[in-house]
Amino acid sequence: MWRDAGLVAGRDLRIELRSRVALWQILPFAVLVLLLFAFALGPSRQALRQSAPGLFWLAVLFSSVLAAQRSIAIEGTPATRELTRLLGLDPAGIFLGKALALFVELVVLEIVLLGGIVLLFHVSIATWLLLLATCLLAAIGLSSASVLYGSLAGGARTRATLLPVLVLPVLAPVLIAGTRALSASFVGGGPDGLRWLSILAVFAAVYTVLGIALYGPLEESS
Amino acid sequence: MKRTLRRLLGPVAVALVALDVILGLFVTPPDIEQGDLVRLVYIHPALAWVALYVAFAMAGICSLLYLWPRTRSMTYDRLAASAVEIGVVFTILTLVTGSIWGRPTWGVWWTWDARLTSTALLAVMFLGYLALRRVPADPHVRARRCAVAALIAAVDVPIVHFSVIWWQTLHQGATVLNSNLTPTIHGLMAWTLLLSFVAFTLLFLWMVLVRYEIETLDEGEEDAELADALEARRQEGAPA
Repeated sequence: MWRDAGLVAGRDLRIELRSRVALWQILPFAVLVLLLFAFALGPSRQALRQSAPGLFWLAVLFSSVLAAQRSIAIEGTPATRELTRLLGLDPAGIFLGKALALFVELVVLEIVLLGGIVLLFHVSIATWLLLLATCLLAAIGLSSASVLYGSLAGGARTRATLLPVLVLPVLAPVLIAGTRALSASFVGGGPDGLRWLSILAVFAAVYTVLGIALYGPLEESS
Repeated sequence: MKRTLRRLLGPVAVALVALDVILGLFVTPPDIEQGDLVRLVYIHPALAWVALYVAFAMAGICSLLYLWPRTRSMTYDRLAASAVEIGVVFTILTLVTGSIWGRPTWGVWWTWDARLTSTALLAVMFLGYLALRRVPADPHVRARRCAVAALIAAVDVPIVHFSVIWWQTLHQGATVLNSNLTPTIHGLMAWTLLLSFVAFTLLFLWMVLVRYEIETLDEGEEDAELADALEARRQEGAPA
């Protein structure tokens, strides 16, 4: 399972590196979302700083839906399906690999967006460790849930509109907990942040386990 | 058997709802504090009970039964879908009646209370499930997808609930729901309240049964159409 996961993750990341779609479309989109939020809120420093954590996670959420759609589209092509069957890859491994690749993409995205809100929204970071844990745990939860729902959302024609409707309400806890933990890391509130980290951790664990268990039956049926 | 049950259930449910309306609107006394507003207690909690517990539990259990290989049957898939479809209606009615109640008692149509927020999210998840059902696919593929979707959404509900409760309590003052939702009721009011729960639960079950039958007929019709089309093609090939 782990070997298959490594193979699939390597393949997905290599495709992203070569096609540069994530780099030239998804990353600029995320930064654009930040800019648009600033336009909507006005240039007041106070307002921008206060809403920065929430806007950060909204930008991550929207971009992660885009990234997940790409990741699932790779799996849907007939040639890939044939190759996957011929290689006898473990479905749980495929799920883990895809989630891992998406996780790496999301972490890169989070780093860029963090730079964005520090520069544009005038926030300063007080607790680095809390920030790191929040970003990593949220990325695990987001990538697992998105890959799982991506494989649910059916063929290419419907996925573009269906996936956001399905996955965004489910991701609401990540948005809430991520926002609170991030603002705690900006003001240096340790215990408060830990509490929110626990929600992120539970979410990440639940969706990773569900994905490993359910990805196989879902894929073989479609 | 099912048909007689449905035929019996319908009139009984409608009659009980009518009785609930008459008792709630005309017979029970107005509340000292809330006046006539208290009459919403004969609709709103019962709707919420059906939407958040009966419909949701039914969809979850049926999805689980479908996924379990030994009990796999399209019956559970259709039941789950019917429960969700009627559940959406009840969830939206819960939100609407809650809003109507909230406006005069709290002064706002909507408050970011934990219960309201989770109910709204649940309604959106239900809608997502129905959208997923509309995606054209083989019935068994669709059934499996929908069952998995219902199950992972069900797992999400407690996480949503906890995060929203924490979010709410850490973000705003204490909730206003509890102080208002537990008026001291007794006598006729308590009986009418109880009646409303029974009436709306029966109404829900009846609607689910009707929806289930429509779903079954619909699938039968699709199969028949396919058979007709195949037969027509065969006729084309046959010598005249």
